[in-house]
Amino acid sequence: MATLHTRSAARLMIAPSVLLLLAWMVVPLALTVYFSLLRYNLLMPGMEEFAGLSNYTYFLTDPAFFQAVFNTLAIVLGVLFITVVGGIGLALLLDQPMFGQGIVRILVIAPFLIMPTVAALVWKNMFMNPVNGLFAWLAKLVGLQPFDFLANAPLFSIILIVAWQWLPFATLILLTALQSLDEEQKEAAQMDGAGALSRFIYLVLPHLSRAITVVILIQTIFLLSVFAEILVTTNGGPGTQSTNLTFLVYAQALLQFDVGGASAGGIIAVILANIVAFFLMRMIGKTLEA
Amino acid sequence: MGSITLKNVSKVFGAHAVIPSIDLDINDGEFVVFVGPSGCGKSTLLRLIAGLEDVSDGTIVIDGKNATELPPAKRGLSMVFQSYALYPHMSVRANIAFPLKMAGEDKVVIDKKVADAARVLNLTDYLDRKPRQLSGGQRQRVAIGRAIVRQPEAFLFDEPLSNLDAALRVNMRLEISQLHQQLKTTMVYVTHDQVEAMTMADKIVVLNRGRIEQVGSPLELYHRPNNLFVAGFIGSPKMNFISGGQAASHQAHTIGVRPEHLVLSKDHGTWQGTVGVAEHLGSDTFLHVNADGIGTMTARVSGDFAVTHGDRVFLTPDPQRLHKFDEKGLAIR
Repeated sequence: MATLHTRSAARLMIAPSVLLLLAWMVVPLALTVYFSLLRYNLLMPGMEEFAGLSNYTYFLTDPAFFQAVFNTLAIVLGVLFITVVGGIGLALLLDQPMFGQGIVRILVIAPFLIMPTVAALVWKNMFMNPVNGLFAWLAKLVGLQPFDFLANAPLFSIILIVAWQWLPFATLILLTALQSLDEEQKEAAQMDGAGALSRFIYLVLPHLSRAITVVILIQTIFLLSVFAEILVTTNGGPGTQSTNLTFLVYAQALLQFDVGGASAGGIIAVILANIVAFFLMRMIGKTLEA
Repeated sequence: MGSITLKNVSKVFGAHAVIPSIDLDINDGEFVVFVGPSGCGKSTLLRLIAGLEDVSDGTIVIDGKNATELPPAKRGLSMVFQSYALYPHMSVRANIAFPLKMAGEDKVVIDKKVADAARVLNLTDYLDRKPRQLSGGQRQRVAIGRAIVRQPEAFLFDEPLSNLDAALRVNMRLEISQLHQQLKTTMVYVTHDQVEAMTMADKIVVLNRGRIEQVGSPLELYHRPNNLFVAGFIGSPKMNFISGGQAASHQAHTIGVRPEHLVLSKDHGTWQGTVGVAEHLGSDTFLHVNADGIGTMTARVSGDFAVTHGDRVFLTPDPQRLHKFDEKGLAIR
């Protein structure tokens, strides 16, 4: 029914959602661009004046900026590495027939259902705390000095916490992919003389490649904007050791009350995210087409 | 070389004995077909030989060596699966080369063997394609190619033609038979299609509920079935069975007449009946006749025999080719 009439009717029907989406995206973006060109500090209301690109110069020359870019990438790559490798391992284990399979699978999914602030606080107070934490207790049990994770290795600790949250997601996606692997293919490989390792390399990994791509894509989107875990554990510190771009923009706007500088940071973050997205989509496009 | 001997082999899943106990000899170079209705254990038996399932009891001897405990790869067998089980992300070349690569063969040797196999199977032009770019028959040939490059003691086929359309199936049947003539390697072939069994086999093994009903050459099974099951399973259309008074007059519990051994006439004969359905194949016509006091019988007559629905006909069995069975269903000879 692709007549002229139905086509124009279809356009009319789609119009409201297109307009809504446009307003939703364009208005905030335009306002942010506008704010980023102002000297706009919440401590000096009514004193806004045009400032040109000085907000950008200020933000880009801030030593914290480069630290934040590095930290953002470290969190994304670190968490991706742990979740993909750990997810494949867990999925392989969960794919084995065992007693209580259903319950174990639900337990594995559980961390994903816990909200980020709660998860981070549980890790901070129950595991990583140098006095009361489980890790400190374990260290003392074998006679070692307790390690203060959040003070001495803040970025690593945050990567660990975020990875713990995303591991179930990766495991789940990879497990379903693993279960769709044809049983006869595995048997054929067995007849062809492939051992367990060869079957994994030549059969299982290529079969999982699409699922791994999906995991990387979805997780990258969320990992670029990790915030709650940093706020409740390290507050970006010590210094700026665990500050990522999101947290830096937050600190600029709501700790230093510099709306103009934060807006400039927001625009820079958008540009960086698009660069990442560009490379990601190229990589995905290749795998999903093949 | 490729002889396979099963002694007392049994397979039990939980409390259910799929194969109670089987003894079987497969000679070197033979084309053996396992045939039977679905669920008769023929595929399980093949998987036991392949080593993909463990036997519950008994021994499997391949090429004179006890292979009961050997892993599949060490038995010197290759298998062609029903779904072909090609590796989807590898090219045809890589698929065929995979078993050689796993065996750690030299790159030059692999290339030569793959090229040879591709030539035998007419796959040379397709070596760089992926399996999904091939037709069903080509995929089937790739699966066979992957099986032959290893030069195994014996080939195992698990219903390899059941995913192909009718015309292609007849073609591939012929190709597999020709391959057997060329290679002279033992082949064990599983099918539920008795036509495939009859046309390809040197030796047919008829299975029913995990038990061997009869072993023999196609014509042996056709002419001298041991029991009712084999008589009914081999031959198409199915043999007609008659019990009761008609059978008693031949000193049997049941008598069987093949449709092609019934003589039809429009005016005289032993039994009388009405034509129900006439299936015209051109060369032959299959008549489904409602014989008075006996029931429905199938008869195969020449395509020239002109009758239609409702005509009265007379049927006369060929007394030389009458099969007699006792009350246990065993043949009386």
